[in-house]
This record gives sequence, C-alpha cells and structure tokens, in this order.
Amino acid sequence: MSITLHKISKQFGTFKALDNINLEIPEGELVALLGPSGCGKTTLLRIIAGLEQADQGDVFLKGDNVTDQPVKNRQIGFVFQHYALFRHMTVFDNIAFGLRVKPRKQRPSEAQIRDKVHSLLQLVQLDWLHDRFPDQLSGGQRQRIALARALAVEPSVLLLDEPFGALDASVRKDLRLWLRHLHHELNVTSIFVTHDQEEAMEVSSQIVVLNHGKIEQKGTPSEIYDQPKSDFVSRFIGQTNVFHIEDDDHGWLKSTGIIVDDPKGIVAHVRPHNISVEKTADPANSPVYLKDWQHLGGTIRLELQRNGNHSPATTIYAEMPNEQFKELALQKGEHVTLRIKHAHWFN
Amino acid sequence: MPQSHIMPGFRPALGFTLFYLALIVLIPLSAMLLKTLQLNLDQFCDILTSRRVLTSFQVSFGAALIAAAIAAVLGSVIAWCLVRYPFPGKKIFDALIDLPFALPTAVAGIVLATIYEPKGWIGKWVMEAIGVQIAYKPLGIVFALIFIGLPFVVRTIEPVLQEFDSAMEEAAASLGANRWQAFIEIILPNILPAAITGFALAFARGVGEYGSVIFIAGNMPYVSEIVPLLIITKLEQYDYAGATAIGLIMLVLSFVLLLLINGLQWWMRRRNGQL
Repeated sequence: MSITLHKISKQFGTFKALDNINLEIPEGELVALLGPSGCGKTTLLRIIAGLEQADQGDVFLKGDNVTDQPVKNRQIGFVFQHYALFRHMTVFDNIAFGLRVKPRKQRPSEAQIRDKVHSLLQLVQLDWLHDRFPDQLSGGQRQRIALARALAVEPSVLLLDEPFGALDASVRKDLRLWLRHLHHELNVTSIFVTHDQEEAMEVSSQIVVLNHGKIEQKGTPSEIYDQPKSDFVSRFIGQTNVFHIEDDDHGWLKSTGIIVDDPKGIVAHVRPHNISVEKTADPANSPVYLKDWQHLGGTIRLELQRNGNHSPATTIYAEMPNEQFKELALQKGEHVTLRIKHAHWFN
Repeated sequence: MPQSHIMPGFRPALGFTLFYLALIVLIPLSAMLLKTLQLNLDQFCDILTSRRVLTSFQVSFGAALIAAAIAAVLGSVIAWCLVRYPFPGKKIFDALIDLPFALPTAVAGIVLATIYEPKGWIGKWVMEAIGVQIAYKPLGIVFALIFIGLPFVVRTIEPVLQEFDSAMEEAAASLGANRWQAFIEIILPNILPAAITGFALAFARGVGEYGSVIFIAGNMPYVSEIVPLLIITKLEQYDYAGATAIGLIMLVLSFVLLLLINGLQWWMRRRNGQL
C-alpha cells in the first residue's frame, strides 16, 4: 500500500519536530527513515501510524486520507523499539491478540487462529517458544515475536521503530539480513526508523534522510552515498574528508587533482576510497605522511597527517584494498603523494 | 550456612527478625492463646456459638469485605486519574489521599457520623432522596471502612500504573483493539495483583478497625455491633478469657482469609508467567 504525506508539520512546545514534510512511498518498498537523534524520524513514523497527530498536513494510505482515523482503523503493523510485548501473555497469546480482538463477524475460529499463529511462529523460526512468556526470551527473540504479532493482522503497512536499536551487534547483523529476506517474501510496504547509516544502507531499498524536521534527501542507498545533495547528507552517510578551498593551500590541492581553478563550490567532500595513496619521489616536498593505519578486514584505513603552510595540521583518511597496501609496503612516518579521484562540492 | 549470600550479615539479620517477631507478635499472641485455655471446651463453644457473637462476626467481616471491595474499585479509579491525567491541584489532591492514615480514627468516625446521620448534611439529603439511612446502621460501618481503606488501595496501585509501559496500550490499539478491549485485556491484568494487595490491606485494616466505626455504627447488638466492640464489652465486664476467646477466633479467621487472598495472588502471578 502506497503512503503519501502531504505538508506534515508537528511542534512540541517551541520545538519544531517536523517542518512541512512531503513524502511519497510507493507500494512494496522497504524504506529507512534515517537521521540523528532528535531529527523527528520517530515522530514521523508515529504520525503515519496514527499514534501521534500532526499539527498540520494529511496522511494518505493507498490514496485514502486517514488523517482523522485512529490507529486501530489504519491497518498498520507497528513494531515498538522496546517491543511492547504483553508481559502477562504467552508468546502464542501475544501473536493471537490481534485476531482475537476482531469484531465477532470477522474473527477467525480458534482453530484458524491456532494455525495462523503457528505459521507466523514458523516464519520467525521460533515455534518452539510458543508457551513462553516475554520475560523468558532474549532480545532478538522478543523482536521477532513482536514482528510476528504485528504481521498477524495482515497489515498493509509495516512500521518499525528502531527495530534493532536495543540488540547487541551480532544479533543485529543477523536480524538485518533476515528482515530484508522477510520483506522480499511478504512484499509488504515497510518503513523503519534508524540512526545507523550502515543499517539503512544494508537493509532498505530507499533511504529518507531527515535532519531538523526536514527531508534532506530521498533516494536509493547508492544515490544517497554517491550523489549526496547536501553537506549534511555527505557527512552523515559514510566517512568523508572535508577540504575548504579558502583555508587549504591551493597549490597542494591542485597537486592532488582537485581542480581549484574552476571550483564548483567552496567545500570539497572526498570519500576515503576516492583518495589514492602513492609513494612519493620527492619526500622533502610532500606535506603528507602516514601517521597510522587500521585493518578493517578487506580494506585498510590510512590515517594521513598533512602539515599545511598556513593552516594547522589536519588528518586525512584514505582507504585501499588490503593487497594494494601490502604491495606499497608503506612505513609509518613515510611521506606520500595523494591523488583525489572524485569530490563532492558544496557551498 | 553456605557462603552463597551476597549480602553480609545473614545470621544477625535472621536473629533480629526472629527476635522482633517473638517480642512483638508471637509472645503477645501466645499469651492470648494461654488466656483462652482457661476456658474449657464447652465454655469456649458457648461463647462462640452465642447469637450475639455470631452476628457481630457477620457484621465485622461482611462490612470489611464489602468496604474493601468498594475501596478497591474506587481506589483504582482514583489512582488511574492521578497517574494518567494532568489537572490543576493534582498535588494537593494526591496529598489528601494519605489523610485517613494520619487522622485519629475517632475523629474520622465523629466527622463521618455527623455528616451522614439522618439530620446531617449529606445524610439528610440521602434520606429525603432515596429514604436510606447511613449512619447508625450497618451501612455506616461500610462507609467508615471505605474511608479508612481507600489510601491502601490507591498507594499500592499508583506505582504499578506509573511503571506501566504505555507502549503496550499503543500496541493493542495498533492490533485493532478498542479502548475497552485494551483496558480489559492489557491494563487490568497488569494492575490486578496490586489491586488485590490493596484489597487485602484494606480488608485487614477494616476487620480490626475500632475507633471510627463505633461512632457511626450505632452499636446495636445483633444489628450493627462489631467484633472489636464486643471484645471491649467483655473486657469491661472483667471477662478476660471470653474476650481473648473471641480475639483468637478473629485472628484465625483473618489469617485464613489473608492466606486465601495471597493464594489467589500467587495463582494469578503464575498464570501471568511472573513466577
């Protein structure tokens, strides 16, 4: 089911949580709402769900204006950050809840409910836990039960608030992939909120970057990463080196390959993998040397120190494949030459 | 003792507990038992099966149970209101709840009797409107005991409601439950154990309550005479053994009832997976 947000604004006291948000989410997408804490992403999710009312603007689900509809009429599934499982009910009863509270005419029989709950438990691979209580489960298990519970009512939109926020790193990695596969299987329009850019890149098909209650950029993970539209997006997604052409030495920047005669802006953002590091023939004239390096698995991150003529020393990060680094055989403290292959310009 | 306790001082703590229990609870109670043993079995049975004693037991326990039940419902509503809704004067209202704890119960009894007697402010109005007399009837006892028991219920439910995760309610709503279903299925099961604890406290307090009740009850034998008053009456007639006999039975009955309430709570916790 497609989701359309039209001019949504929300204020908490004097704090503007959301400022004139317009957003279109086509059917079947898995969208990440990404932004730093306090950017309004959770508020936006809760407004879509109907758990919160916008001060202005309208919410459309599948073309219907549902702005004044309470959450129970919106046919959404909501997964809460801390799961919000019903503590006094077993896993089975938690999942069956949404089916049992249906009006008598639409309510399935107990046998149908049992089949449905067990098939959902199999979907989340936790059938053996059906008679446990939430307090007896691990974080990852609770998360999956919460998801199964939300799916029981066959929602047309699935909304997840920081779904992996409270889990430890390894469980998180597994669940991310699992959620992606689950989405492929069910193909239900889903939105999840996260402050973790890596998570957003890995799981979603579309990313919406929010900052200070406004949408900074919307696009596929590669669009967001390769063509950041703003200074904020470029800094927030992945690591980046920032060069101010007014502060930095023109001559040196020119030697690295950034064209400063005809700059497209005043600030150049350069991704670490867009900097290539080479041995220098003239160590005395190179202001850059290798300070330290870290092993990131397949790639090596080089921490380079640059002593400017007029500006204070800065650190530049570059990345290169493991094998290439071995071939170069650089020593700590060795002076190098940099080539900048690509930069994003901002004003 | 194996060294598996994290807290030091298990032995002194246990010793103190036993010493305290003996000094304050067990020795006085066994003195009561000893005094009762001065009676032979026939005398004991005669006292207990006399109509006056039986009706007073009915009045005391009946009124305490009804009052505790009403207090449990009213107290839950008040606690709900205090926790969930902001309103002006909330802090003052909250402080007023504890007043029955601090007020000398005799004062409460006199005030209640004055207001609810057939010519009192409210009593007159109720008398005219529906023809029911409150003070000097068993109904007056129930009123006094509600007043006494209410703070127990409010204060036991309040913290549970404050800790209640409102996301559970939101989850219920997102799954299609209406407000009534969310209340019955989600909120009520979570506060019921606390409500029962409050009920048990209000009931225990109500059974033993003397000060406020005697002013409003009318104290008519066979109608509105409570057990504590009967004990005092026996004492005034220097019938110490008779007084302790009634006291002993009251103690046993209260103990059994509290045990049953605890059992009910245990069963509920177990059903809700909290044990």
